[in-house]
Amino acid sequence: MDFALIVLGCLICAVFAIRTQRLLISALWLAGASALTALLLYLLGAPEIAVIELSVGAGLVTVLFVFAINIAGEEIPIKQSIMPKPLAWLLIAAAVLLLGIMVLGPQLSRVLTGSEPGFAAILWNDRLLDVALQVVLIFAGVLGVLGLLSDVKKISKDGNNEH
Amino acid sequence: MSINAVDLVVILVLGLLGVGFYGLLITRNLIKVVVALQILVKGAMVALVLAGNLSHQTNLGQSLAVTVIVADTIVAVIGLSLAVQVRRHFGTLDIKSLTTLRR
Repeated sequence: MDFALIVLGCLICAVFAIRTQRLLISALWLAGASALTALLLYLLGAPEIAVIELSVGAGLVTVLFVFAINIAGEEIPIKQSIMPKPLAWLLIAAAVLLLGIMVLGPQLSRVLTGSEPGFAAILWNDRLLDVALQVVLIFAGVLGVLGLLSDVKKISKDGNNEH
Repeated sequence: MSINAVDLVVILVLGLLGVGFYGLLITRNLIKVVVALQILVKGAMVALVLAGNLSHQTNLGQSLAVTVIVADTIVAVIGLSLAVQVRRHFGTLDIKSLTTLRR
C-alpha cells in the first residue's frame, strides 16, 4: 500500500512537471517527484542514496532551477510541439512496451549470493574510476555555474569588449 | 490479482522513462528539456537500485546510483547555464528559433 501510494504520487508529480506551462511550478513538481523517489529508495533498502537524492535532487537542483528561471525569466508558453503529439505517443508506447517486455518477461535468472562488501568499500575500492569521473564532472559543473553567472560581453564596433 | 512491490517499482521506472521521453519529444522550451532529462534519469536511477536489490548487491547498486546522481546534477547545471546564455543571446528559450542556418 505504501509503495502504491508513493509510486502513484511520483508519477503524478512527473506528469505535472511536464504538463505545467509555468516553469517555476514545473520545477516545484520536479522537486516533489525527487522527494518521493528518495522515500522509495529508502524503502528499497538504499538509505545512503535516499539521503543524497533528497539533498541533491530535491534541494540543490530545485534551487538551481529557481535561480536559472529567475535569470532567464518566464516565457510565454509555446503551444506547438517539436513533433506531432500522436506520433510522440506512438513512439513512447512502443518504447515503454518493449522495455516492459524486456523487464517483466523473464525473471532474473542469475541471483548472486554470498556476503557483499560495504557501501564505502565498493565505492572507494571497486568503483574508483567512477569516483575519479565524478571529480571531473564536479569541475565541469563548477565551469557550468560560472557560465550561469557570467554576463554577456558586447563587442563594440572598434573591437573592444564592453560589459 | 495482487501486485507486489517489485512490480510497482518496475511500473514506476517504466512510467518515469515514458514521461521523460514524452517531455523530450514534445517540449520546445530549453528549461523544460532539462526537467524532462531529470525525470528520465530518475527512472534509470530507481532501476539501478532495484536491480541491486533484486540481485542482493544493494551496495553496488547504490554506488552506481551515486555516479548517476552526480552526472545528472552536472547535466542540469550545464543545461541551465546554456539555457540562460541562449536566452541572453537570442532573447528566447524556444529550441526552434536556435537554428541559424535555415530560414
